[in-house]
Amino acid sequence: MLAYVVRRLLVAIPTILLLVIASFFLMHTAPGGPFTSERPLPPAVLANIQAQYGLDQPLWKQLWDYLYNIVVHFDFGPSFVQKDRSVNDIIARGFPISLTYGTLSFLAASLVGVALGIAAAIRHNTWLDYFAVSLGIAAQALPNFIMGPILILTFTLWLGLLPGGGWNGGQWEYLIMPVIALSTSYMGNIARITRSSMLEILNSNFIRTARAKGLPTRSIIWRHAMKPTLLPVVSYLGPVFVYVLTGSVFVDLYFSTGGLGQSYVSSALTRDYAVLLGVTILYGALTVVVNLLTDLAYAWFDPKIRY
Amino acid sequence: MFGKSEKAAELAADVTDFNAIRGRSLFRDAMDRFLRNKAAMASVVVLLLIIAFVLFGPLFAQYSNEEIDWARMGDIKGMGAPSLETGHYFGLDELGRDLFARTIQATRTSLLVGLIGAGMALIVGTAWGVIAGYYGGRLDSVMMRFVDIMLAIPLTLILILILVIAGRNFVTLFVALGAVSWLTMSRIVRGQTLTLKTREFIEAARAGGVSETGIIFRHILPNLIGVVIVYASLLVPEMILAESFISFLGLGISEPMTSLGRLIAEGAGTMNYGTLWQLLFPLFFYVTIIITMFFIGDGLRDALDPKDR
Amino acid sequence: MKPIAKLAIAALLSGTALSGVQAATHPETGEELAADQTFTYRLLDDISSFDPQVVEDVDGSSVSRDLFEGLMNQDEDGNLVPGVATGYEVSDDKLTYTFTLRDTAVWSNGDPVVAGDFVYGWRRAADPATASPYQWFIELMSIENASAVIAGDMAPEDLGVSAPDDHTLVVKLTTPLPYFPQMTTHSTTFPAPQKVIEEFGAEWTRPENIVSNGAYVLTEYMPGERIVRERNTSYWDNENTIIDRTVGLIINDENVALTRYLAGELDRTDVPAGQYPRLKEEHPDEAISFPRLCNYYYTFNLSDSGPEAFKNPMVREALSLAVDRKVIVENVMAGGQPEAYSFTPEAVAGFTPPSSAMAEMTQAERDARAKELLAEAGYSSDNPLSFEMVYNTSEAHEKVAVVLSQMWKQKLGVQATLANMEWKVFLEERGNQNFDMARGAWCGDYNEASTFLDLITTPSGYNDGKFSNAEYDQLIADAKTAEDTTPLYTRAEEIIAEETPVIPIYHYAGVYMMDSDVGNWPVDNVEQNWYSKNLYKLAE
Repeated sequence: MLAYVVRRLLVAIPTILLLVIASFFLMHTAPGGPFTSERPLPPAVLANIQAQYGLDQPLWKQLWDYLYNIVVHFDFGPSFVQKDRSVNDIIARGFPISLTYGTLSFLAASLVGVALGIAAAIRHNTWLDYFAVSLGIAAQALPNFIMGPILILTFTLWLGLLPGGGWNGGQWEYLIMPVIALSTSYMGNIARITRSSMLEILNSNFIRTARAKGLPTRSIIWRHAMKPTLLPVVSYLGPVFVYVLTGSVFVDLYFSTGGLGQSYVSSALTRDYAVLLGVTILYGALTVVVNLLTDLAYAWFDPKIRY
Repeated sequence: MFGKSEKAAELAADVTDFNAIRGRSLFRDAMDRFLRNKAAMASVVVLLLIIAFVLFGPLFAQYSNEEIDWARMGDIKGMGAPSLETGHYFGLDELGRDLFARTIQATRTSLLVGLIGAGMALIVGTAWGVIAGYYGGRLDSVMMRFVDIMLAIPLTLILILILVIAGRNFVTLFVALGAVSWLTMSRIVRGQTLTLKTREFIEAARAGGVSETGIIFRHILPNLIGVVIVYASLLVPEMILAESFISFLGLGISEPMTSLGRLIAEGAGTMNYGTLWQLLFPLFFYVTIIITMFFIGDGLRDALDPKDR
Repeated sequence: MKPIAKLAIAALLSGTALSGVQAATHPETGEELAADQTFTYRLLDDISSFDPQVVEDVDGSSVSRDLFEGLMNQDEDGNLVPGVATGYEVSDDKLTYTFTLRDTAVWSNGDPVVAGDFVYGWRRAADPATASPYQWFIELMSIENASAVIAGDMAPEDLGVSAPDDHTLVVKLTTPLPYFPQMTTHSTTFPAPQKVIEEFGAEWTRPENIVSNGAYVLTEYMPGERIVRERNTSYWDNENTIIDRTVGLIINDENVALTRYLAGELDRTDVPAGQYPRLKEEHPDEAISFPRLCNYYYTFNLSDSGPEAFKNPMVREALSLAVDRKVIVENVMAGGQPEAYSFTPEAVAGFTPPSSAMAEMTQAERDARAKELLAEAGYSSDNPLSFEMVYNTSEAHEKVAVVLSQMWKQKLGVQATLANMEWKVFLEERGNQNFDMARGAWCGDYNEASTFLDLITTPSGYNDGKFSNAEYDQLIADAKTAEDTTPLYTRAEEIIAEETPVIPIYHYAGVYMMDSDVGNWPVDNVEQNWYSKNLYKLAE
């Protein structure tokens, strides 16, 4: 197992390198650059700016310098759009914010989602099942760009209970709406996957055998059905975890949280090359780690799986 | 050792026999089960109704989806509400266009987007995941690291490039949707395959001399179907919403054509301005599609579950 | 027990006394002022920089004008008033400007503001190493050697600006520039604190490092969340500054911003397109609209890559005539925007649009004339005109494009296909003439007609439609040195009306929700260069 983990982590390095190279060239192929603007800069000015940011160098040289600075100085470069800030700054400020509301949303979505799904499956075709199912559908039917405005209208304008946005160091009243908006649709999906997975497991031979043996239902569910039920859920949670940790562009847009989700999308739109690459590397590293954790979780959920 | 393989061979014989006997009626069997599932059948009826609405609705529309009602566009809140009198059954959108005609067209687009997008994810993601999970080893490692990279590459960039290289049309929209939707599916399928291939009945089948492809098609895939269908049904709404982001980048469909995702986004922005119908009608169709997907997915899962005979 | 009670009463008393002191009245108008002098407004996005020489966005410039002060300021009407300079003198050849600096001006760290700070700032703006996107502004100011410095052929020290003593700044120009003093209100020309910049390098604009000379200092910057600037007590005119604190809240979504405004979290926000009439009805004191120095138009691609049909002026005129600007202005934008029949907005100082035939006609007459022209050009229902119109993704642009295409379709049977594009792709495609017809808009750099008319001259970098007319180019070139520019600009607009290289649609309006307790918002400053120090909050 340890050898496997070490091997995977070693593979992570070329994986992320490939990711950087692919993103770098995709980025430079996309039309327009960071300094393409409504009023075109005079050629002399454009040349000065490009020289300052090293954009006048051949692409391979730019890529090399970029990687060199990361490896040697852990410097991800300056932002081309927010001129006062470096990429290190932007990530250092935005990531903890995304991490906070992302983790809370992830916990809320997975705990409630799994609980709902299991309850629905055990009480299949009862009011509890219908309730869980309708809750799941409702959560899915209100994507975050509807949830955002609804929450702000309700809690800020009509009830006057919560501030309409901002972060303020992550005080609880600033956290409530982002977490609700971000977690609901995942909650619905998780409940759905858990429910159907549990139904399938409860129907399988080994559970039937256990039932036939007369084991109490509670122990069947907890000791036998739980682990295999969660296996597909864990597969689904992996990418969701990464997505949620790096924040959500909708949450950042609607609630002015200042998280990293917005940087990820807007840096692509503004062609802020350094920020885009920096956030992509973070995203890639998280993906690699979380997917490794997911694979390890498989082995825990199903001891027969060997790597 | 011997004992085990003997047992396995027995089991294998059992499994192959079982398939030989039941093989022909497998499909009809599933069909019967599906037809008996009331919720699923009701959903199929509702979905057919929506399709009928999309196909025949235009016959009842008094306006086209792009025509602006110049006389009423100045006061949408006052004169644009849904009304049988004016012929705008669903009211007017923000520019004074008939929301009935627009909802029909949007539902048609979104149904296509949702079903085809989810379908592509289903095929590509399942194939990718099964191959990686079943063969394992280095192949698995390479295939899954590729998925890791694809998950992390900024989607916005890929979409912009598709727009620039391939231009704007319906086909590139599906390419774009397909490019992103299969990744999570492949991870789920691989996870399930990993655990399935350690089960006794697979070992048994192998011992019984069933070929690798035979095992994949006759034993792995049927056992995956539950999870796959459920996830695919979750993907339908996800695809419908993803389309509106893709259109934002200039890829996909362009005005005057529209989609449910876009109508909902527009309606959500203006929900407090006294024109709530602009949100509610498209949302109604979207929710109805989600609900039917839920029950049809559930019904299919139950019907196709190989254990549930 | 007693002493405590006493203390409490004293505190209470002092509390009321204190608020009594603070509930002052405005020195000029005599209106009662609010105790809390905080002005909170919505920012669309993070600003590009706090560095006055580097900042390039409109919102960032507003922040810069609060933090720093240049030679001259603008008042509520956009007139020039003294800033750090008490005044200036012009030489007879109009090539040398001598500014006298006030000796009471100090930086927020107590150092005096000297002419050398301006020299440093201006050199810094032109220096290629600063990589300011506004280097061209120094060139536009026609300062001696500016082009050579920017091109790297001369050292920044050779720029034609010098400080004979601490309170005198001398600027040498290469050509007389009547609006040169106006340009010293632009943030690129603000002074820069050399000591601080050299000490902290790229990090000098952080709240803990920054030193500024304006009426406010930067106290808090939470990217993506808010920007806070507070009264600078060492500012020379601090006594007359009323607002204590200005908070910019970054809210990307305009509808959310409006909700938060209505919930009382903001004093100012933008009105989403189309919502102004309703808001005006519900909040008559708060919804305001006033003309801005920007135009909005569609340009034909007249280059070789453009469609053959647009080479025919009759086709272009027909399309322009068929645009019912009233519908767009009243029913789509609905924010008090003026209809546009000229390229230059009427709000520009000293500019009166010439009366064109089109402006005189009724819409019915225009439509009839458009049909005639198009038929004459050889287009009919059998041979319909069709083309693609591109615009960048935005709800308001999309609405205008949809309405235009429907007007053409229903009136003229023209097939206009809509194509929205992501911003940078749009700029690239438009800049490379990969379009039939494209959206365009421009906000004036300064309050004079040439800032607009320059755009469609043959050499202009913004002339994406590649309109080229020798007479027009000559007129605009002549206007640079002419005593009376009115006849030249009038003729230039007439050429635009005859040739129709662009379809002017409307001119911008500033459409805001502004809390009625905000005093003195400069609605008459068409450039919307506002200063927090000129605002105040009324007691409610």
